[in-house]
Amino acid sequence: MARFIIRRVLVAVPVLLGLSVILFLFLRLLPGGGPAEAILGQHATPQLVAQISAAQGFDRPLYEQYFNYIGRLLQGDFGSSFIDGRQVADTFLIRFPGTLELTMGAMIFAVGLGIPLGRLAARHPNSWIDGVVTLISLFGISIPVFVLGYSLAFIFGVQLHWLPTFGQIDPRLDIPPVTHFAIIDAILAGHWYVIDAVSHLILPSIALGSIPLAVFTRITRASVIDVSNEDYVRTARAKGLTERRVNSRHIMRNAWLPVTTVIGLETGALLAGAVLTETVFTWNGVGSWVVTSIQNHDYIVVQSLVLIFAVIFMTVNLIVDVGYAFLNPRIRYS
Amino acid sequence: MTSSTAVVIAPTARASRGLWHDALRRLLRNGPAIIGLIFIAIFVVGAILAPYISPYDPTIGVLSQSRQGPNMTHLMGTDLQGRDELSRILYGARISLTVGVTAVFFGLIGGTIVGSIAGAAGGVVDGVLMRIIDVLLAVPGILLAIGIVAWLGHGEIQIMLAVGVSYSPMFARLLRGSLLALRESDYVLAARSMGASPLRILLRHMLPNALTPLIVQATLAAATAIIDVAGLGFLGLGPGDPRIAEWGEMLTDSSRFLQSAPYLILFPGAAIVISAVGFNLLGDGLREALDPRLKR
Repeated sequence: MARFIIRRVLVAVPVLLGLSVILFLFLRLLPGGGPAEAILGQHATPQLVAQISAAQGFDRPLYEQYFNYIGRLLQGDFGSSFIDGRQVADTFLIRFPGTLELTMGAMIFAVGLGIPLGRLAARHPNSWIDGVVTLISLFGISIPVFVLGYSLAFIFGVQLHWLPTFGQIDPRLDIPPVTHFAIIDAILAGHWYVIDAVSHLILPSIALGSIPLAVFTRITRASVIDVSNEDYVRTARAKGLTERRVNSRHIMRNAWLPVTTVIGLETGALLAGAVLTETVFTWNGVGSWVVTSIQNHDYIVVQSLVLIFAVIFMTVNLIVDVGYAFLNPRIRYS
Repeated sequence: MTSSTAVVIAPTARASRGLWHDALRRLLRNGPAIIGLIFIAIFVVGAILAPYISPYDPTIGVLSQSRQGPNMTHLMGTDLQGRDELSRILYGARISLTVGVTAVFFGLIGGTIVGSIAGAAGGVVDGVLMRIIDVLLAVPGILLAIGIVAWLGHGEIQIMLAVGVSYSPMFARLLRGSLLALRESDYVLAARSMGASPLRILLRHMLPNALTPLIVQATLAAATAIIDVAGLGFLGLGPGDPRIAEWGEMLTDSSRFLQSAPYLILFPGAAIVISAVGFNLLGDGLREALDPRLKR
């Protein structure tokens, strides 16, 4: 198992190096003259350009710039924003908890609803129940996060006044940010503020979770139907096991394998989806930060965030692969 | 004298007329796929005929008629600038469908080139190309497209390229997988032993047989590409010309009026969903038609 993990980590190294080269060139080859001109935009004056070029080392030879860039990255220095001057790493630590809460909320929604729906459809294949579930998953993959987000906000926020439609917590509660996880901070503050934090999380989680919900429903349905047709399931029934036991010990245990792989893959997609969801619900996370950084031409932040997203995505995939190998010995020993 | 007459006996079972003909027949018998085709056709026809059937000019607004709800003169209401929403949806179909479908086409071309070289060559070439693909795949989903548009700047071509590049790794992987499996198949070995050149083997024998999953995936990708293109527009990374009607940008403009004019979200949103549903249904139908074993 240890060898498997080491091999997978080693494979990730050249990929990250390749990505670092692309991102390095992304900043250096920005249209508009040079990186300093692109960052300054319409405010570019020869003095300012020279000043920024010298400060950022844009005037050094390209290979020297790249090695400096890698050197800084290895020390955890992702550069700083041109807008507020803060270190990317510092702001990331403040904003990432929000994105993590959102993705976890979406995952809980998608797994919690998608797997039972898929199992339900698989138990009654080609029935009206199957039809309804198929229709739900079709809409899940066809509706953009932002359209669903606004629709939910309109119905449950504007019309029914059941749920808040923007932000992570009611600012009037004045909760001190300790961990930057809205829910944990709300628990720490007491007074049942946690209810407010959870209610803020519901609509964005549903909006972001709609695509994974559809994917999990489909894959669970297909996987359960597949496994149900296996000989060992027929044997299990033939030897008189209860339906409950056949389901839990023989069908689901084997049907889980493809489902877990897809859950891992969708985690990465959730991070990307967070960019749109956070914009719809003015969520103070990393996703909305990417958007504002692009709008502000804050390219160093964009460059670093893409790299950080990739590292997270690859780490999640690694965990999934290891988990899969753990669940499925056939992978481990091949 | 009796004359003998020839009797033609009609075959009881229709013979197979080749993969594509059979697939088309199966597709046309697939109800959901037909619904998908109708959804797509509605927007394609709407986009083509937009200049003739649009009730108003999508770029000219009457400020005194700003944000009117759906009524008899403006069936889908008007936006903030008093422009007719229906006309903008029809003209928007031109941008959203063209950009989305062309982006998939770009991705397909890039993916096919890289995937065929990797799958046909194998060895070191395959290793290097797949590592490059891994780098692109390391950036999740639409984020790659966002990064590329941020780099290339605004414009329809830029969006097509950005979304196309973000889709090409998927196609390359898919094609490479099929080609690697085909490399050892009997008819490829036969062609090779008869002295066919590697290029001929690839183009005449391997590619046609690896095409089916690619066609299905491209159709399904058209659905997500339309959503991604709208997503870029929504984030302010659309065509960049405020006069151009683009479904995603129309949504951003209207989000401020969720309370007073929800129909400005409803109509462009429904247009995106219906066209995406159309391509998803068609893609699923094609999958079943081209590989009947999958039919449930």
